[in-house]
Amino acid sequence: MTYEGLSGGEVEFTGFNGDDVNAYQARPAIDGKVPGVVVIHHAPGWDEWCAEVTRKFAHHGYAAIAPNLYSRDGPGAPDDVAARVRAAGGAPDNQVVGDVAGAMEWLRGQSNASGKVGVIGFCSGGRQTYLVACLVKGLDAAVDCWGGNVVVDDPSLLTERRPIAPVDYTNQLTCPVLGLFGNDDTNPNPDHVNRLEEVLKDHGKTYEFHRYDGAGHAFMSWYRRHYRVDQAIDAWDKVLDFYGRNLKTA
Amino acid sequence: MCTYINEKASITGSAKGPDGWMNVDTANVYFDHPYHAQLDHALGIDFVDEAAGSPKRVAVEISAESARHLVAKILAALESGEAAHATETESVDQYS
Repeated sequence: MTYEGLSGGEVEFTGFNGDDVNAYQARPAIDGKVPGVVVIHHAPGWDEWCAEVTRKFAHHGYAAIAPNLYSRDGPGAPDDVAARVRAAGGAPDNQVVGDVAGAMEWLRGQSNASGKVGVIGFCSGGRQTYLVACLVKGLDAAVDCWGGNVVVDDPSLLTERRPIAPVDYTNQLTCPVLGLFGNDDTNPNPDHVNRLEEVLKDHGKTYEFHRYDGAGHAFMSWYRRHYRVDQAIDAWDKVLDFYGRNLKTA
Repeated sequence: MCTYINEKASITGSAKGPDGWMNVDTANVYFDHPYHAQLDHALGIDFVDEAAGSPKRVAVEISAESARHLVAKILAALESGEAAHATETESVDQYS
C-alpha cells in the first residue's frame, strides 16, 4: 500500500552529547500509527538523494527521518560540508551512534508512532547502519546497503574517529539485518561480504544477504552512471518486503 | 565505500572560484567516490584556506589516469619553466 499524501520538512532533534541536530523528515498524511525509519546518508553528505529516499519511505507508509550527520560542520552545500568532514577525518562513530539514537527516539516520540523503528544506510551509511544495529538498543530492523569497512583488512583504516571495525560488535546485534551488495564492488568486495556473513552465522544472528551480479557500488543511485535499474528495482522490493515483515507486523 | 583517506599538502598561493580569488594554504587530496564526476572513483583536490577558517574551497574531481597525466605535466611545466626563468634572470643580470 502506498500513500500519495505526504508531509515533510526540516526538524531538529537532540543528538549526541545533547547537541541540536537538524534532519529532514517525511511521513504519510494519515491518521493511523506508522512505523519509523532512520535514513543514514552516504559520505557525500545530507543531499537530495537522501531526501528522496526519506520521501520514498513515507510514500510506502513509514515516518522517516534523515539526520544530518554533518550538522556540526555546516552550513553550506552538501558537497562542501562533506569536504570539510573528510578533511577532518570523517564523522566520529560515537557521535553517529548518538545522533541515530536521538533520531530513533524522535520518531518514537511522535504521536502517530507505532513504536517500531528501522534503520537504513548507504555507502559509509551502510557501515554506520551495521554499527548502530549493534550499539543502539531498540532498533527493530537494519538495512546495510553496500557498507564498506564493516570488515577491515587494513588496520590503518581504524582511526581515533572509527576505532573498531563494526563486525567486531556483531555479538551485540539485536535486530535482523538485510544486506544488499553488488558483486562488482571493491569495498565491500565479495570476500568482505562472505566474511561478514560467516560472522553473523557464527553468532546465530538473523540476517538476509542479497548479492547482485552486474552491479557495483551504489547501484541504486539513479543519478550515477553505475546505476543498475533491474538490480535497483529488485533491491527496493527487498527493502520494503524486509521492513514490512519486521516493522509493520505486531 | 568512501574511505575518508585524505592527504593534506601545505601550499602557498591563490585559487579562483565562482566568488573570485582567494588565498589557499592547504590542498586536501583524496581518491574516492566523487560527488559530481561520473566515475566510480576520482582523484579529488580541495584547495582551501585553513588558516582563515573559510568554508570556501576550489575543488576538482578527475580520473586516476588524468591525475597521473596532470602530475607529469605539472613536473614538466616546472622543469621547463624554472629553466626558462633562470635564463631570463641571467639575461637581466647581464644588463644590470
